[in-house]
Amino acid sequence: MPETRYKHLVLILARELASSLSTPTMIVDERGCLVYYNEAAEAVVGRRFAETGEMPMDDWTASFAPRSIDGAEPLPAEARPARIAFDERRPAHERFVIRSADGVDRELAVTAFPLFAHSDEFVGIMAIFWRE
Amino acid sequence: MRLTIWGCRGSLPTPGPRTVEYGGNTSCIEVALESGGLLVLDAGTGIRELGLHLVERGVRQVHLLLTHLHLDHLEGLRFFAPLWDERVTLDIWGPPSPLLSLRERISRSFSPPLFPVDLGEVDAHVRFHDVPRAVWTIGGASLTARLVVHPGPTVGYRIETEGGSVAYLPDHEPALAGAIAEKSRDWISGAAIAADADLLLHDSQFFEDEYEARIGWGHSSVADAVAFTRAVGARRLVLFHHEPSHSDSSLERLEKRAQELAGELAPTLAREGMAIELP
Repeated sequence: MPETRYKHLVLILARELASSLSTPTMIVDERGCLVYYNEAAEAVVGRRFAETGEMPMDDWTASFAPRSIDGAEPLPAEARPARIAFDERRPAHERFVIRSADGVDRELAVTAFPLFAHSDEFVGIMAIFWRE
Repeated sequence: MRLTIWGCRGSLPTPGPRTVEYGGNTSCIEVALESGGLLVLDAGTGIRELGLHLVERGVRQVHLLLTHLHLDHLEGLRFFAPLWDERVTLDIWGPPSPLLSLRERISRSFSPPLFPVDLGEVDAHVRFHDVPRAVWTIGGASLTARLVVHPGPTVGYRIETEGGSVAYLPDHEPALAGAIAEKSRDWISGAAIAADADLLLHDSQFFEDEYEARIGWGHSSVADAVAFTRAVGARRLVLFHHEPSHSDSSLERLEKRAQELAGELAPTLAREGMAIELP
């Protein structure tokens, strides 16, 4: 049986907040693993979190083939807001296009920011999606 | 491992005839380790009486583990006799804060107008430690501290020895992060501390109807204490952090309510002077 990975209190509270929001929101833990996205985000990406489960953030993002806003160029991982917030521990914002699980191209703006607990312990990131 | 409860009242000391049976002193537990080491959980007013016993026993080394710095968990420290004994080394552990060190925060209660003597003038050799993020060891016991749901930086503690495991969550409102029974264990505040513990001392300050008017104050209803115990698989629940307005008879009704909810788990009330031996 795999060992239980208990979530940090900040992630537990962040999830509770996200589950109450109508703003599409996702949460990534300190290892870079997507651990939750809310119902509003499910509507954007066309896939329920219960079906996805926890998985590496980059794998999840890549599955939606993010591209530049004109749709011409793939958006590399290092240019995605969630990856920037995770790697550089700073807020990041970008507009891009994804192809949702239902096959529809959607233009999004994503704002991601790092989460720090007391004594500056990095515990993960939150990202919110805006449809523009 | 042997635990002795020196204080289990929440929020405010409540001496008097209505609280004789379960006691009016605020949180303090002595943990005597198999190795001979001594841990003290919290410095509520119960620590005053404990301190007198420790002086009599000639104890020279004490590790004090603070869950947080709300007054009811700290106010006894100034009257803890070993603090005023130059032969004593006192290691104080507590939750980190982004702004002030543990010493700076505790110093506030050793300064005018709250107290006439500065922390720097105490006789004991006092050392301050932020609790580590990883498991650490004192006197052969493995210790774990994790932030839990309660206003301000607050941790719960888990103590493990060959004799068993104890989880101490005196001030904890896990239901504030969503209904406990609907969550998997890894998403429950405090579960990392209490999972499968042999003994859990948990906040159960309110009856369910009292809790409805106090959501967000950082404490649990008796129903949530039972739900938490079940969710994390702890084997024994001791109801802790008694509401100051609850008399002995009120507490006994609370215990009955817990037993109705918990069935074979058979929770019991913490009381001053109670000793629990593990295993």
